[in-house]
Amino acid sequence: MNNKIKHPKGDRILLRINNILLTIIIIAIVGPLLYVFLSSFLEPNAIIRKGLLLNATDWSLEGYKRIFTDDTIVRGFINSILYSVGFTIVTVTVSILAGYSLSVDGLIGKKAFMIFFLFTMFFGGGLIPTYFVIRDLGMLNTIWAIIIPGAVNVWFIILARTYFKAVPNELKEAARIDGASDLRIFLSVILPLSKPIIFVLALYAFIGQWNAYFDAMIYLDDRELYPLQLVLRSILIQNEVQPGMVADVQARNELMRISEMIRYSSIVIASLPLLIMYPFFQKYFEKGVMVGSLK
Amino acid sequence: MDEVVVKTEQVMPVHTSKPTKLSRNLQYIKKNYILYLLIAPAVILTIIFKYIPIYGATIAFKDFSPIRGIAGSEWVGFKHFTNFLTSPNFMEILMNTIKLSSFELLIGFPIPIILALMLNQLRKSSVKKNIQLALYAPHFISVVVVSGMVFLFLSPVGPINAMLSTFLDKPISFMSDPDYFRSIYIWSGVWQGAGWASIVYVAALANVDPQLHEAATLDGASLLQRIWHIDLPTLKPVMAVLFILAAGGIMGIGFEKAYLMQTPMNSPSSEIIATYVYKRGLLAGDYSFATAVGLFNAVVNVFLLVFVNQVVKKLNEGEGLV
Repeated sequence: MNNKIKHPKGDRILLRINNILLTIIIIAIVGPLLYVFLSSFLEPNAIIRKGLLLNATDWSLEGYKRIFTDDTIVRGFINSILYSVGFTIVTVTVSILAGYSLSVDGLIGKKAFMIFFLFTMFFGGGLIPTYFVIRDLGMLNTIWAIIIPGAVNVWFIILARTYFKAVPNELKEAARIDGASDLRIFLSVILPLSKPIIFVLALYAFIGQWNAYFDAMIYLDDRELYPLQLVLRSILIQNEVQPGMVADVQARNELMRISEMIRYSSIVIASLPLLIMYPFFQKYFEKGVMVGSLK
Repeated sequence: MDEVVVKTEQVMPVHTSKPTKLSRNLQYIKKNYILYLLIAPAVILTIIFKYIPIYGATIAFKDFSPIRGIAGSEWVGFKHFTNFLTSPNFMEILMNTIKLSSFELLIGFPIPIILALMLNQLRKSSVKKNIQLALYAPHFISVVVVSGMVFLFLSPVGPINAMLSTFLDKPISFMSDPDYFRSIYIWSGVWQGAGWASIVYVAALANVDPQLHEAATLDGASLLQRIWHIDLPTLKPVMAVLFILAAGGIMGIGFEKAYLMQTPMNSPSSEIIATYVYKRGLLAGDYSFATAVGLFNAVVNVFLLVFVNQVVKKLNEGEGLV
C-alpha cells in the first residue's frame, strides 16, 4: 500500500490495535510450545513456582535420561518412521498414477471414475465393516493395516490431477509424434516434471501418518508394533508409566515427579523434528493448499 | 472426449456398418489401456477398503453372528436402529455430537477469516511471513500431543491452576468436569488449526488489486469500510465452499481428539456418536448395533451436506459446491 496516502486518525488507531492483538495471538500460540520445551529441561512446575528466578538446581535432564533407559519410545520412533515412509510411498504412487490418468483429455469413463472416488469422501460403511475387511485380509497386527487401507486419498488424486492438467499438451503431442507410447510419455515426459507435486504430496502424507494414532490403535494390539503416537498416548493420556523407565523408583512422590518430567520430554522428542523442519518446507505446504482450493 | 470419438468415426469407411458406441469405447480402451492400468491400483484399493465395507454395513440390518458371517446372518430389519433411537442415552449422544460440532463451526469458521484480515493489514511482508510461520506451528503437532498438553496444563497441579490459585481456594478439575469439555475441545482446536486455516484466505486477499484500496482511501473510505466492501467480497467464494464442506461435516466430527480428551467424568458432554460406535462396536463387540449407529450418522451427514449446499447456493447467487 502506498504510504503517501494519509490515513484517517481512526484507521491509525485501528491498525495499532491490530498490531497489539496480533502480538497477543502470537504469544498465545508460541507460549505453550515454549513452556513445554523449557519444562522438559526443568523440575516439574519450576517455571510457575519461580518464574525468571530459576537457578541451577532447577534444571534437569532426568526426563530425557529416563526415556532412553527404556526402549518403548525409541522403538515407537523407529516404527513411526517405517509406517510414515511406507505409507508415503504407497499413497503418493497410487495418487500420482490415478491423478495422471484422470488428467488426460478424452479419457472415457473419467466422470464415472471421479464419482466413484468422490462418493467415498461423503459416505462409507463405517468403522466396524472396515475393521472386518482388514481382519479378513489377515492385516491385523501387521504394518499393512497402517499403510494400505488409507492409501487412496481422493484429495491427493485431485491435487495431482490439477497439477497434471497444467502440463502443456504440446509436450505430450511432441513425444507422441516421436513415436512414444503412453507409458513412455508418462515415464519420461510427465514424471520428471512432477517433482514439485510429488514432493508436496509426500510431505502431507508423511506428516499425516507421523501424527496419526487412530488406525494403529484399532488394528495393532502388539505393543512392539506401536507407533510413537500410541506410545505417547499411553504416557500422556492414560498416565501409564513405562515400567522400564522407573524401575528403581519406590516413593510415590518421586514417581509423580519423574513421570511429569517424562511427559514433557516425550512431547518434545515427538514434536521437535517436524517443528524444526516445517519452516524449510513452508512454501510447498502453501502451494498444496492453494492448488487444492482452486479445485 | 468427444473430439477423439468424432475423429475415429470420420476415419471409418462409409460402407461398413456404423460402429456402436460400445465398440468405439472398447477400441479406445484397448488403445489406451495404459491409462486404465495407471488408475487400477486406486480403483482396486477403493473397492476393497471403501465399497466392500459399504456392503458389510448391511449387518446393521442383521443380527451379526461371527460364525455365520455377513451374508449368513439373519435379517432383523430396523431393530438396531429402533433400539438406538429409543435408548435412554440417544438424545444425549446426538445432542453432544451436534453441539460440539456446531459450536466448533460457529467459533472455528470465522476466526481464520478474521486472522487473515488482520494479517492483511501488515505492511512489511517479512514481518507477515514470520508471524505466519509462528501461527502454523501448532498444525504440525499431533492431536495426541495437543491433548496431552491440555491434560498437563489443565491438571489440578498444572500451570493454569497454579496461576489461578491466587484467586481460587481449590484447583479446578477441568478435565473431569463436563461443563468445560466443549470449550477445551473447541479452543484447543482453534489454537491448533486457525493459523493454518487462514492460509487460503491470506492468499485470496493477496490477489486484491492494491489500487482498489488506494482509490477507496482517497475517496475517504475508512479501514473498516474498505474491509467490508473490498476484502470480504473477495473472500466470499472461498468462504462459501469451505463453509459447505465444514457444515456438511457436522455429524462427521472427528473421533480422534474427542476420544483422547474423554474421561469417565466428562463423558456426559464428551460422548459423541463416533466414540460411542467405537466403544459399543470394537470394545464391547456389539457389531450390528454399532454399525447401525454409524450408518445413521453417515446418512444424516449426507442429507446435511446436500441441505447446506442448497442453502448456500441460494444465499450465494447460485454458486455452491456442486
